[in-house]
Amino acid sequence: MTRVDTKFERIAYPVGFGLLVLLLWEVAVMVFGISPALLPPPSAIGAAIFGSLPILWGDWVQTVVKGALNGLWMGSFAGIAVALVIDRFAFLKRGLLPVANFFAALPIVGLAPIMVMWFGFDWHSKAAVVAIMVFFPMLVNTLGGLADTDTMQRDLMRTYAAGHVATLLKLRLPAALPFVFNGLKIAVTLALIGAIVAEYFGSPIRGMGFRITTEMGRLATDMVWAEITISALTGTALYGVVALIEKRVTFWHPSQRG
Amino acid sequence: MTSPVIDVSGVDLTFQTNDGPIHALKNVNLEINKGDFVSFIGPSGCGKTTLLRCIAGLETPTGGDLTVNGLSPEDARKARSYGYVFQAAGLYPWRTIGGNVKLPLEIMGFSKEDQTERVRKVLELVDLAGFEKKYPWQLSGGMQQRASIARALAFDADILLMDEPFGALDEIVRDHLNEQVLKLWARTEKTIAFVTHSIPEAVYLSTKIVVMSPRPGRITDIIDSPLPKDRPLNIRDSAEFIQIAHRVRDGLRAGHDE
Repeated sequence: MTRVDTKFERIAYPVGFGLLVLLLWEVAVMVFGISPALLPPPSAIGAAIFGSLPILWGDWVQTVVKGALNGLWMGSFAGIAVALVIDRFAFLKRGLLPVANFFAALPIVGLAPIMVMWFGFDWHSKAAVVAIMVFFPMLVNTLGGLADTDTMQRDLMRTYAAGHVATLLKLRLPAALPFVFNGLKIAVTLALIGAIVAEYFGSPIRGMGFRITTEMGRLATDMVWAEITISALTGTALYGVVALIEKRVTFWHPSQRG
Repeated sequence: MTSPVIDVSGVDLTFQTNDGPIHALKNVNLEINKGDFVSFIGPSGCGKTTLLRCIAGLETPTGGDLTVNGLSPEDARKARSYGYVFQAAGLYPWRTIGGNVKLPLEIMGFSKEDQTERVRKVLELVDLAGFEKKYPWQLSGGMQQRASIARALAFDADILLMDEPFGALDEIVRDHLNEQVLKLWARTEKTIAFVTHSIPEAVYLSTKIVVMSPRPGRITDIIDSPLPKDRPLNIRDSAEFIQIAHRVRDGLRAGHDE
């Protein structure tokens, strides 16, 4: 009989390992005399975080709240909306979908300079990059989800003489939700990457991507690592929030019943 | 004599497939009167399910005449003239049992109070009172299939079409459900068309047994059952029952040997 871990153990193991890695890191930097410009010890990164909270907060608001989250909701809504339209009209599926797939294959971060030219240095151009980045995974996943009903379920709706809208609302959208959430989990990760990298191509004097490039130029790597730490925590938290909502909304799906 | 509820005359159906045409139904003639319990029995490929689907307007015959309540099957489907029970329960996992039974009522625009009342009534009818708030995946296969019957009964159509509803269940559950279906039929006085590949099930349930054969799918025998309407399970040991079962078996064998 295997014993199921208690809640405390489930948290204690990863936290313990994490602390161990940090400790080894700290010791290694000290023992091998690594230059702080190459790899600062965790203690220095920690000091940088707590020493510049107002700056980090301002960067976080600029990049995450204004750039990433705005782009995320715009791109997601657009992706789902276009999926519904494509799904309604068969000729769009044949014409528009290959075009969309072509665009999805573009390295979208390459569009960032163009977005800066169109929408200016502030968060609007970052949100635009993020929106384009998350649009395609949302579109493709939603379309996949809408197609994921079996013949019997659709026949059942036909025996009720249910129209397109009723079938969509009562059957196909609920059935598509697990796919939409899969797309959303990909999208939150992409949104953060997009918002940070897009700032490399020009931004006002705040933002996580801006800070990373400028502090790197001054060899202040502890500050760079501080931003990286914050972005890692943010990415994990955003993913966690989506996973939590998914668990609440698609509790009925075999993958969530566990 | 009133006109039959379901009138099938000279119906042909050929499917065009990549391997050439398949003659699924050939010159099928059948009259089903109000209050009949008709079983279609035959080996797989004999077109029994296809015939039921034609009656339901889910397939369109390529020849012959077919009316349901005097309407074309398509119009009868749009007029919501029948409830259809599929081979699998096909309940939506995101809805409770009550919510699943309510589904056709929502689509057909019944009032809220009426919905609640009907759900209560039909769940009682299939012995599932008290399970309204459970989710389908919390119930056994037999209970799920009963819920799907409740769903087909909820809007009180005069005709009930059942496509091998108990095919996936074990014999003991099946016996029990057969008894319940007979009680239900007696209480609701519906016209029932029932597809099965079990001889005892067909003989036990039906007032009329339609024996079918494959390649091409056709009717080889129609047996009007002399059994009384009130049938305890042990009627299956009576001489009369065994005699009818014999005739069904002979019909099936004749079709098979050609």
